[in-house]
Amino acid sequence: MTDLSVSVSSSAHLASHPLPEAPAKVTVRNLNFYYGEHHALKNVNLTLGTNRVTAFIGPSGCGKSTLLRIFNRMYDLYPGQRVTGQLMLDQTNILDPKLDLNLLRARVGMVFQKPTPFPMTIYENIAFGIRLYEKISKSEMDDRVEKALRGGALWNEVKDKLNASGLSLSGGQQQRLCIARTVAVRPEVILFDEPCSALDPISTAKVEELIQELAENYTIAIVTHNMQQAARVSDKTAFMYLGELIEFDDTSKIFTSPTDRRTQDYITGRFG
Amino acid sequence: MNPIYARRRRKDIVVRGLCIAAAAFGVTWLALILITLLYNGVAGLNLELFTADTPPPGSTEGGLRNAIVGSIIMTVLGVGIGAPLGLFAGTYLAEYGRNDKLTSVIRFINDILLSAPSIIIGLFIYGAVVVPMRGFSAIAGALALAVIVIPVVLRTTEDMLLLVPNALREAASALGLPRSLVIKRIAYRAARSGLITGVLLATARVAGETAPLLFTALSNQFFSLGLNKTMANLPVTINNFVQSPYAYWKQLAWSGALLITLTVLALNIGARILGAERTAK
Repeated sequence: MTDLSVSVSSSAHLASHPLPEAPAKVTVRNLNFYYGEHHALKNVNLTLGTNRVTAFIGPSGCGKSTLLRIFNRMYDLYPGQRVTGQLMLDQTNILDPKLDLNLLRARVGMVFQKPTPFPMTIYENIAFGIRLYEKISKSEMDDRVEKALRGGALWNEVKDKLNASGLSLSGGQQQRLCIARTVAVRPEVILFDEPCSALDPISTAKVEELIQELAENYTIAIVTHNMQQAARVSDKTAFMYLGELIEFDDTSKIFTSPTDRRTQDYITGRFG
Repeated sequence: MNPIYARRRRKDIVVRGLCIAAAAFGVTWLALILITLLYNGVAGLNLELFTADTPPPGSTEGGLRNAIVGSIIMTVLGVGIGAPLGLFAGTYLAEYGRNDKLTSVIRFINDILLSAPSIIIGLFIYGAVVVPMRGFSAIAGALALAVIVIPVVLRTTEDMLLLVPNALREAASALGLPRSLVIKRIAYRAARSGLITGVLLATARVAGETAPLLFTALSNQFFSLGLNKTMANLPVTINNFVQSPYAYWKQLAWSGALLITLTVLALNIGARILGAERTAK
């Protein structure tokens, strides 16, 4: 394993012993997904541990974002897509056609690749989501907004301009606003779909730090193209290739001694 | 100089010259119309124009009060009826029916309606409303204008909503927003200035329509607010007065034409300002 080009020595996780298995939060069993005729996910099995960060890596088109978008049934927004298999969030069957998607999405939050602040003030960006499910007083709301913005590591930068438009923030700030907005509705799981791919290195570092802090209270799944990022932030890593889950293990194991040849080729940069 | 490059440059100069000439040709006529309108219309602009009603034949005093008020009433009613319908239909096309086969059919029909001659719409309302009601009426006029407003607003609404990035809708859905709120609170908000622009442009479009009113509201020499009676309005009044032999009527027609043009200009400028705000964001 001397030819590993990915520098992972700085990762805190690698120095520590393997984490104890966490109780399952999301369980994926024999999951298949089709875009029309295209078989995009093939028999995927894995679990997301409670309060763990699980990273999904793999070359473009391997199905990692597709998998993430099944966790909150985002694919339901578009026609012609079909899923088979089993997907449980605790005791809830996520794939149940009768499931209330709005309630599911309140439990499973999502942060997207591009920052997507709503066209309203910074304050309203946060309060908006809270108001959907809770009726609280102005002072309580102020409190919740502050907490959420602190949770998004953004409070100090915006506390004096809460009434400015969310669109006036920089890209990195916008992304942290989106994270704060997601945290504000108190989900159980947060999905990150390449959250840093549109950000500069300093913003990326802030968001990564934030993800690790969030793992204390939330179960996190993150899709990333950046292997160092997966190594830095995650406890578990899933390597996917051509719609299959090739290898799923402790992050330290995946990046030091992967079992599968394809995983090794990918993390050493031979393809992807 | 490289001969290929030299030839390309010569071509560029010729084509650019033609483009400028064509643009200048078009703008010249527009400018001439505006200048003529100002030249002839300004003379009649006085307080009486807004306070006195249209004069009987031969009289040399009177204004356009009844026509101005009538135009405002019918335009507001027409936009009030047509704009919500256009907004809802456009919302259906852009949001709910995006993957629906019906959508392309509706869009196609709407495009036809958009370019239908307004006199046809006037005749349609004549047959559908005026004849059964046994008389010309302001409400028939407003309905004819509404039929013109619907396709304009529908088109701009759909276009503006389609400009709202899907990522924004996904982000809102990901928070647990039901579809209706995603549209109402996020998509409408993001497209707001575009939607208002569409309504303003539709208003400008119908403010000067003559043909549909000719067969529906007709005109009225007197001041009237009754919706079930004929109602005076600027375009038809202009149409009648300008064909008359009376100098004073002709003067009123010029002034009325100037009023409509200035109103349409103001609405268009308003729409442009709103549109600029949107792109600035």
